[in-house]
Amino acid sequence: MGEKKKKIVKTIKVDVDKCNGCRACELACSAFHATPKYSSNNPERSRIRVIRDPLRDIYVPVLAGEYTPAECMGRDKYTIDGKEYDECAFCRASCPSRDLFKEPDSGLPLKCDMCEDDPPLEEPMCVQWCLADALTYEEREEEVEEEEKMEDLEIGLESLANTYGLEKIMDAVARMSLSKKG
Amino acid sequence: MRYAETGFNLEIDLSRGNIERVATDPRETELYLGGLGTNAKILWDRVPPEVEPFSPDNLLIFGTGLLCGTPATGANRTIVSTISPQTLLMAYSMMGGFWAPELKYAGYDKVIIRGKSPKLVYLWINNDKVEIRDASHLHGKGAGETAELILQELKEPKAQVAAIGLAGENRVYFASIEQGRSSASRGGIGAVMGDKGLKAIAVRGTKDINVARPAELMEFCNEVLKNIQVRAENPIEGVPPIIAGIGSPQEMAIFDEQWHTTNFAWGNARTRRKDFWTKEVEQKWRETQESVRERLISCYNCPMKCGATISVPGISTYMMKCYSKLTYTMAAYSDLDFGFKIAQRATEYGVDAFTAPQTMAFALELYEAGILTDQDVVGMPSDTEGRFFWLLDRIVRREGIGDILANGTYWAAQQIGKGAEEYAHNNIKKHEQLPLKLGMLNPIYFLMYSTGEKINITQIEGQFPQAPFPKREQREEFVKDWIQVPDEKFKQYFLDWDPRGEKSNPYYPTIEASCEIVDWQEKMHYIDDALGVCSGLSSFPLKPPYHIHNYPKFISSGAGIDIDEAGLSQAAKRDRTLIRAVNVRRGMRRSDEKPPEDHWKKRFPELEAKLLDEYYKFKGWNNQGIPTKESLQELDLDYVSEDFLQRGILTDNEDAPSKETSAETEKK
Repeated sequence: MGEKKKKIVKTIKVDVDKCNGCRACELACSAFHATPKYSSNNPERSRIRVIRDPLRDIYVPVLAGEYTPAECMGRDKYTIDGKEYDECAFCRASCPSRDLFKEPDSGLPLKCDMCEDDPPLEEPMCVQWCLADALTYEEREEEVEEEEKMEDLEIGLESLANTYGLEKIMDAVARMSLSKKG
Repeated sequence: MRYAETGFNLEIDLSRGNIERVATDPRETELYLGGLGTNAKILWDRVPPEVEPFSPDNLLIFGTGLLCGTPATGANRTIVSTISPQTLLMAYSMMGGFWAPELKYAGYDKVIIRGKSPKLVYLWINNDKVEIRDASHLHGKGAGETAELILQELKEPKAQVAAIGLAGENRVYFASIEQGRSSASRGGIGAVMGDKGLKAIAVRGTKDINVARPAELMEFCNEVLKNIQVRAENPIEGVPPIIAGIGSPQEMAIFDEQWHTTNFAWGNARTRRKDFWTKEVEQKWRETQESVRERLISCYNCPMKCGATISVPGISTYMMKCYSKLTYTMAAYSDLDFGFKIAQRATEYGVDAFTAPQTMAFALELYEAGILTDQDVVGMPSDTEGRFFWLLDRIVRREGIGDILANGTYWAAQQIGKGAEEYAHNNIKKHEQLPLKLGMLNPIYFLMYSTGEKINITQIEGQFPQAPFPKREQREEFVKDWIQVPDEKFKQYFLDWDPRGEKSNPYYPTIEASCEIVDWQEKMHYIDDALGVCSGLSSFPLKPPYHIHNYPKFISSGAGIDIDEAGLSQAAKRDRTLIRAVNVRRGMRRSDEKPPEDHWKKRFPELEAKLLDEYYKFKGWNNQGIPTKESLQELDLDYVSEDFLQRGILTDNEDAPSKETSAETEKK
């Protein structure tokens, strides 16, 4: 068994009811990530975007998540409180299915890094600039059991054992090694 | 490298279908800053006074403020300038929202429209790709509806659209340009857009805006944000709730409308109802507002929530801001429920929410007086609310009497005759004013009403309290943290200003102090309008986060133009004088510069004349309100004085005009 380890979980909490749609978060994010820092502004480079459809009262700030080379097999579409959201509205992926979270020049994926900086910021920029408090920041420490990581081979073998039983696997391994020698 | 601005304008000739991207001269930015200032320069250079508003040679300029697209909080204004069909002078109306920053990100500071398209078209600006597209399928569509249809058609939900409704298409003299939650409404600029056959401009941009000294600018922005929070928690004491905070008046957020409903006049700017606001009314209006208000909303990069999404059951959702909530209600002596309903239709049609209701109330007065007869209004319903809807429908289609009313109260009265002129009583320079009728002349407001180039009081007032506070202790409290004053003497003016007695209106503030107070107030507006910062965070509310002391830092760190307070004041004065010059060249003179006769009950002709004399001198204008050669030269506006001399507007040896003309006497 592994030992207990401390891990910091960073969360940006999004309250869509409080969003006023001003997009200051986008501006602040793009400024922070510019080189040199704050030297340029362009919401298209932001790692947070507000999905806005004012006449349908839709305001969803979404943080850029992981890049995905292929889109999902299917899409989702939510209706909440009678409001129909766009396909995959809440998904954070930089995905070929849409133009969200891609550098405008290169098309390279953008991903939220919680404004990692040295010295660290108190809060990510988008949160600092959201005076409507639609975005708030929370950091908590979690104790996690540090499991010993299984190697790929082990993971594979274990799933084979689950399917065929450990004995059959051992027999198969023995036969294979015999025929190799022979 | 250009900072804060892109350095390029888009020149669109709709007659020839020509599109050009033109580099601009950075020296012009240093002189005029941008936004309204550079708009005025273009109008001066390219629209001579002979050009009629509906001529293909009139320009329609969509300018962004210098700081739009940078992190400067609330820098999101589009300044639209042209020659107004109503006043025949320069019109500049502004809108917040999201359009200006989007244009900057597309790589342009301005879109300059000239010519006329033979067919209705719209413009699609997508970064470097700019197209003039057919809009025949959008004929007659509402402004909001048009925006929605264009976004769908382009499959670009992130594009921003400025559009006209039916009123603009039909060249109603008070047609607006609408853009989501904002509109540029005053002066009939929507009519010029319609005349050019331009239904909308859609824009999408994904480029960078660079700033000169980034870390500094962010620090200044953070100070502004902090100040906004502090002000939100500390409303100003001693003034009504509606003007105690910052932002544009928080009409969508608040329910207490005592101040507007009892101080502003109802109907055709006629009746003050001092006892109107009761607990019952407040209760009922609160319920109405809560039932239709979906969400409080903002413009780009601004934490203030001055607008709202309004959803009245049975009619399309729309966005409202500020005072349009009450203008229809009060013009029709009706209630808030009616106000929200008719404002939806009016917003789709695209009309100015000051002039439109006043024009309709004016028409009903004429009808009651027998000047308009049953034959003029065949089919008009019998109830007031029904009549307003009916009149609005006629006006935007220019049908029957609507064709005359569509020209606003001044021109309609001229056309109708039979004494109708008496009923068009609330105009300055042919433009409908806020419905305010007060008792005692206020010298500061007299000057602002008379000389404001926007011809709209909300675009000149703001930094100095509208009225004296009753007690000296209150005033002392007020001036304690009044850091926005350009000079300590303004505090003294306010401390000494009494509601009654020797140091009260109309003789106090003194003429000299009044000149200075007016100059400060309007200066702040000219700075905002050049930078594209919303006056709600600056020139309009008391004790705002932006002021003369911190603005130079924003310009220096944002645009890389090193400027101090004196330099900024000079640039604002240059812009202001240039706009006056455009109007003077179009015939505006002293005789045009007067508030509505009935604005105050107590008037003081001698004092008023002296106020105007001294203010003109203070500004460096001659006694006709024409900037003198010396003052023009001092502002690097030699080209204006040369033009004035050539035209005989100024003469060589003295600064008096060779002949007196007036925009008032010029007929269309």
